[in-house]
Amino acid sequence: MKQFLAFLLIGVMQSQAWGALTIEITEGAAGALPIAVVPFAFQGGGSGPGEDVAQVISDDLARSGRFKVLPREDMLARPSNGSDVVFRDWKVLGMENLLVGSVQPNGTGAYLIRFQLFDVFKGAQLAAFSIPTTERDLRITAHRIADIVFEKLTGQRGAFATRIAYVTAMGVAGAQQVALKIADADGYNAQTIVNSADPLMSPSWSPDGRKLAYVSFERGKPAIYVQEVFTGVRYKVAAYPGINGAPAWSPDGRRLALTLSKDGNPDIYVLDLNTKVLQRLTDHYAIDTEPAWSPDGRAIAFTSDRGGKPQIYEVQSTGGRVRRLTFEGTYNARASYSPDGKSLALVTRVGADYRIGLLNFNTGSLSILSRGHLDESPSFAPNGGVIIYATKSSGKGELAAVSVDGRVHQRLALQGGGDIREPVWSPYTDSNRRDK
Amino acid sequence: MKLKKVSMFPLLMLMLAIGGCSSMSGSSGKQDGGGAPVSDAGMAGAATAGAREGGSWNGNPLDDPNSLVSTRIIYFDYDSASVREDYRDVVIAHGAYLVANPTVVVTVEGHADERGSREYNIGLGERRADSVRRLMLSQGVAEHQITTVSFGEERPLVAGSDEAAWAQNRRVELLY
Repeated sequence: MKQFLAFLLIGVMQSQAWGALTIEITEGAAGALPIAVVPFAFQGGGSGPGEDVAQVISDDLARSGRFKVLPREDMLARPSNGSDVVFRDWKVLGMENLLVGSVQPNGTGAYLIRFQLFDVFKGAQLAAFSIPTTERDLRITAHRIADIVFEKLTGQRGAFATRIAYVTAMGVAGAQQVALKIADADGYNAQTIVNSADPLMSPSWSPDGRKLAYVSFERGKPAIYVQEVFTGVRYKVAAYPGINGAPAWSPDGRRLALTLSKDGNPDIYVLDLNTKVLQRLTDHYAIDTEPAWSPDGRAIAFTSDRGGKPQIYEVQSTGGRVRRLTFEGTYNARASYSPDGKSLALVTRVGADYRIGLLNFNTGSLSILSRGHLDESPSFAPNGGVIIYATKSSGKGELAAVSVDGRVHQRLALQGGGDIREPVWSPYTDSNRRDK
Repeated sequence: MKLKKVSMFPLLMLMLAIGGCSSMSGSSGKQDGGGAPVSDAGMAGAATAGAREGGSWNGNPLDDPNSLVSTRIIYFDYDSASVREDYRDVVIAHGAYLVANPTVVVTVEGHADERGSREYNIGLGERRADSVRRLMLSQGVAEHQITTVSFGEERPLVAGSDEAAWAQNRRVELLY
């Protein structure tokens, strides 16, 4: 292969008006934890910060389906400091936990956020932090606080301070506008990173969350690009004759698994991004596509119809013998490993419907998590608790999410019309790390 | 969609091009010769008047509505890449046309319906394009005359999530 081409992408732009996502819970889990998140007091002059930090935290917790958040108008008191808390005020409302906090000016355009989390029944403080932030980072800081609360109370790491990438399409064939976008996990801050009149497909995050690989048909045929999310600089990494598809980043960030049909029909290859060496992993006359790396980087699952119908197979990422992973049903495709490597999310056909299934490697059982007719593109949240996927509702492409136990369902609608599809949840990144 | 090179062909070429197809033999010439009723001489938009002598179609057979090669979309069954019996003559007519016109090139675009996963559908679209390509190659069309590309489910012909829409989206398009 030739040298990678590097060039600046002109089409990097913000688009807030069109393409905002709204998220609603369509079904929550019974036994959601009651929590009160008191509005954070602003302790300074002037108008205060541009974001309601406590509201962002409340929305995150409520959206997870694991918490039942007390409406503000029901609060009997609004303490901003632990010393002002009267636990009886919250016990009487049935609250189990309470979050209070404040925002203080901390230099120009900067703030210090302090918060305390309490167990109401024990009257005990569970956590207390102070986090410096800026006007610009208020939302992400609020998401980090929600992550801390979530982890303290559920034992599971939160995934609120992460992002999703997805593809949108407006208009009919012939005059279509396709975009690759990224947004915060709560749908805010949607930004377009690629615009095209031709199809864009299969975004895949690099493990550091700083790059996306994707397929673009902008030259009338498919090519795979790697684009730096923050600079817009991109590189063409594969443009062979035939299919260039399904890029998937290795967990070490050094290789891309992809589908190429240059040798006659679609097979799985691994491209070393530094050396540009391309290794062929499968060699079969069937369709082999949709590679997915196991979290330890040792195995690659892929879709193949070598047995007549599409099923999921697995091969060592260094090559070798192929073994079949799915046996139930006539259609299983587009697998992705859970972050702990213990299960596989996939698209499975149930009757006439295509749904999101979860294959448990220990039990071998396949559970059906979604209920749509045309569900596809499952992607795990980096904490493994939720799977985001694409669905269709009233003929329109939408996103939905479901908890891995199948109990909490969410719908993510795109404002302003158009289809939204192929969601991929970002990994945790260095900027997600909590400062204690 | 642009036509490359070809503009005018004698009847002989046309007959050669559709020679392999039983259902159409002879019919195209006859209907052309019959002449469209020109009584409303005004302007019907279709500029077909004149230009014909002795029942021959002097235009490009690709533009002849009575020629099989005017059909540029080939439909497929669900999860299948076999060229259906009812479209075999169409593909064969295109193959014959390409053999007769070795300077003409065609792009064979494979498409799938929206069901199932997107990248698998890219594979399915390519397989459909490839079965059309292979049929043409077996007729003697040169490899360099055919380019295949699969758009999977990314470019549906019609919107909708029912069998009627899906049937129209499972297709191969021939672009000259």
